[in-house]
Amino acid sequence: MSGKPRLTYCNGRGRMEPVRWLLAAAGVEFEEIFLETREQYEKLIKDGVLMFQQVPLVEIDGMKMVQTRAILSYIAGKYNLYGKDLKERALIDMYVEGITDLMQMILLFPFSPPEAKEKNLDSIKERATNRYFPVFEKVLKQHGQDFLVGNKFSWADVQLIEAILAVEEKIPAVLSGFPQLQAFKIRMSNMPTIKKFLQPGSPRKPPPDERYIETVLKIFKK
Amino acid sequence: MVGKPKLHYAKGRGRMESIRWLLAAAGIEFEEEFIETKESLEKMRNDGSLLFQQVPMVEIDGMKMVQTRAILSYIAAKYNLYGKDLKERAWIDMYVEGTTELMGMIMFHHFQPADAKEKNLALIIERATTRYFPVYEKALKDHGHDYLVGNKLSWADIHLLETILMVEECKADTLSTFPQLQAFKVRTSNIPTIKKFLQPGSQRKPPTDEKFVAMALKIFNS
Repeated sequence: MSGKPRLTYCNGRGRMEPVRWLLAAAGVEFEEIFLETREQYEKLIKDGVLMFQQVPLVEIDGMKMVQTRAILSYIAGKYNLYGKDLKERALIDMYVEGITDLMQMILLFPFSPPEAKEKNLDSIKERATNRYFPVFEKVLKQHGQDFLVGNKFSWADVQLIEAILAVEEKIPAVLSGFPQLQAFKIRMSNMPTIKKFLQPGSPRKPPPDERYIETVLKIFKK
Repeated sequence: MVGKPKLHYAKGRGRMESIRWLLAAAGIEFEEEFIETKESLEKMRNDGSLLFQQVPMVEIDGMKMVQTRAILSYIAAKYNLYGKDLKERAWIDMYVEGTTELMGMIMFHHFQPADAKEKNLALIIERATTRYFPVYEKALKDHGHDYLVGNKLSWADIHLLETILMVEECKADTLSTFPQLQAFKVRTSNIPTIKKFLQPGSQRKPPTDEKFVAMALKIFNS
C-alpha cells in the first residue's frame, strides 16, 4: 500500500476533475480506480464505503472522503493552498464557490438534451463573460499580483485556471476582453506542477465525449 | 459602531436560513435588510455590493461576503464551531455537505410545479430515511457522544438540527426509526442559544409558502 491518495470515479472529468487538478498542482501523486459498471458501483455501496452512496470518493490519510467540496477543502488545507488566515480563507472560498457555479454549468452541459444545447452554451458564455470572469479580471488588476489571494498560490488560482481552460474548450475566444486573465492563464500554465499536469500522459482527463456520457448514465441512472 | 453582521436577502428562509441558524446558535446578534423588489436587487448589483450579483450577502468584519458556503465556513471558524484540526474539519464538511444536499432538495421542492410536488416529496423522504439520516444515526450510535464530531458542538450539529426540523415539516414522523436522532433533536434544541432561536419572535423564518415562492420568483427571475 503506497499511502498515496486514491481516487474512485468514472474515467472522465465530472466532479472529480477539480480534485485531480488540486492534487496535481500541489505536486501530490495519486492513484485512480475507474468505475466502469453498475455492479462495481453497487458493490461500493454494499461495502459501506460511500458515506452518502455517492462518488467522488478519495481515500486519503486514513479517511474515505466523499463530497467534492469537503475533499478539496481538506487538500487545500493540508497543502497550504488555503491562505494564511481566516479572511484569506474567506476570499478563497468566495472565489472558489463562484467558479464552481460556472463549472457546474459546464458539468451539466453534456447531459442536456440536444435542443437545449445551444441555449445552454449561450448561458455559459454570458455568465462567464458578464458575471464571473470580470470579477477575477478586476481582482488581478486591482492588486497587480500574480495570484488571486494574499500574493501566494492558492486553491482559488487552481480552480480559476481549470475553469478558464474548460470554458475556452467551448468558447475559444472567451478571454478576448480579459487581458489580466490572459496573462494569468499563461503564468499558471507555466507553473511546474501545472505545466506537468497539462502535458499528455498526465492524470488530466479529456473533455466528456459520448462514451463517457453513456458510461455515467449506465452506472448512475436509476 | 461595533457592527453586528448584516444579512441581505428576501424575507424568508431560502439560502440565508442556515446562516441565521449558525449565527443564532453561536449567540451572535445580527441585523437583516430585506429585499422586497427587483429594483432593490438591481440597486445592490449596480452598487457593486454583490460580488457575483447574487444574494445571500452578509456584511461581516468589514467584508461583503457572498456564497452561502463561504459565509457559513467563515462564521463556523470564527466562532469555534469547525472542529479542532484539519481532520475534524473534514468530517464536519462531509456531514454538512450531506445535510446541504437534503435541505437543497426541500428548498427546490417549493419551486416545483404542483403536479410534480407529490412525487418529489416522496423522493425527499426516501432520501432522508435511506441515504442521509442513517449516516448521522450511525455516527452518534458509534461514538455515543452528544455531538457529531469531536465531542463538541459544531456547525455539523446545528446544520443537522435545522435539516431534521425541515424534513419533519414535510413529514412529521420521519424520525420514528431513528432513536439517536430523536435524542439528538431534543438535546440540541435545548441548547440555550438554539432554544431561544426556536421560540416565537426570533429571527427564524417560517416555512416557505406560496407567497414567498411568488416573491422570490418576482425578485430573482432574470
